[in-house]
Amino acid sequence: MKAAVIVFPGSNCDRDLAGAFKAAGLETTMVWHKDATLPEGVDIVGVPGGFSYGDYLRSGAIAAQSPICRAVADHAVRGGYVLGICNGFQVLTEMQLLPGALMRNQRIKYICRTVPLIVGEADSVFTAGYEAGQRIEIPIAHHDGNYTADQVTLAKLRGEGRVAFTYAENPNGSHHDIAGIVSENGRVLGMMPHPERAADPVLGNTDGRALFAGLVDALATA
Amino acid sequence: MKARVHVMLKNGVLDPQGEAIRHALGSMGFDGVEGVRQGKVIELDLADGTSEEQVAQMCERLLANTVIESYRIEM
Repeated sequence: MKAAVIVFPGSNCDRDLAGAFKAAGLETTMVWHKDATLPEGVDIVGVPGGFSYGDYLRSGAIAAQSPICRAVADHAVRGGYVLGICNGFQVLTEMQLLPGALMRNQRIKYICRTVPLIVGEADSVFTAGYEAGQRIEIPIAHHDGNYTADQVTLAKLRGEGRVAFTYAENPNGSHHDIAGIVSENGRVLGMMPHPERAADPVLGNTDGRALFAGLVDALATA
Repeated sequence: MKARVHVMLKNGVLDPQGEAIRHALGSMGFDGVEGVRQGKVIELDLADGTSEEQVAQMCERLLANTVIESYRIEM
């Protein structure tokens, strides 16, 4: 099974994400944003956290227009898996692969701490390693994580069981406490918290590891 | 020729930065500031003949995120 991690100028969680993919058993390649194609046979594309293009204009806006993102969109349309974390989630909303937008945190401060999340009922390979309703601790580190969407979109996400993670204690003003959502087919996940920073015992927290393990198990049986 | 694009958060979208500015003005003693909305202005130097329709396309595809922002073009 193969993973690709996209690298933009300003990405800073790309190596951590690649490390988590590799630890889960995925053959992982880094892909530069100017490339127009993904490596042959990639199953899952990781769009990492960081500050692509310095967050100029809007977080994720310029990265979403890069050549590789057209290939990522094609991959998603073909039913491929995509995982966007933090800035990666912002990029996926700017690409309109996921609905809504990530606005400035309600209290305007950059927040960097570990927060409790509740696993949603999304029918998705990304949450297959958890129980619905399970409480996990995952770090967040963002300035623009305030998930915003109109009421129709929020109702649709809820109704279709597409909320993958919610905050147990809303840190940033996100509508409906949303921390992560999946696409209609459940194969594209965007989330603000960083599971890749909680996937190695050396870092003192392995609550994020089940996300990668569940993904690999699901890919193996697919 | 120049175009100026004004990008603002849509009405109804909470603007945390605007709120912070409003609080700051209040604490500086400026009374009666009932609301502040912060947006951005983008100035474009354009080749002659560029149409407003083309600038609108730029807004739709990059300059504004129409999920949360509206834009106004001055040519």
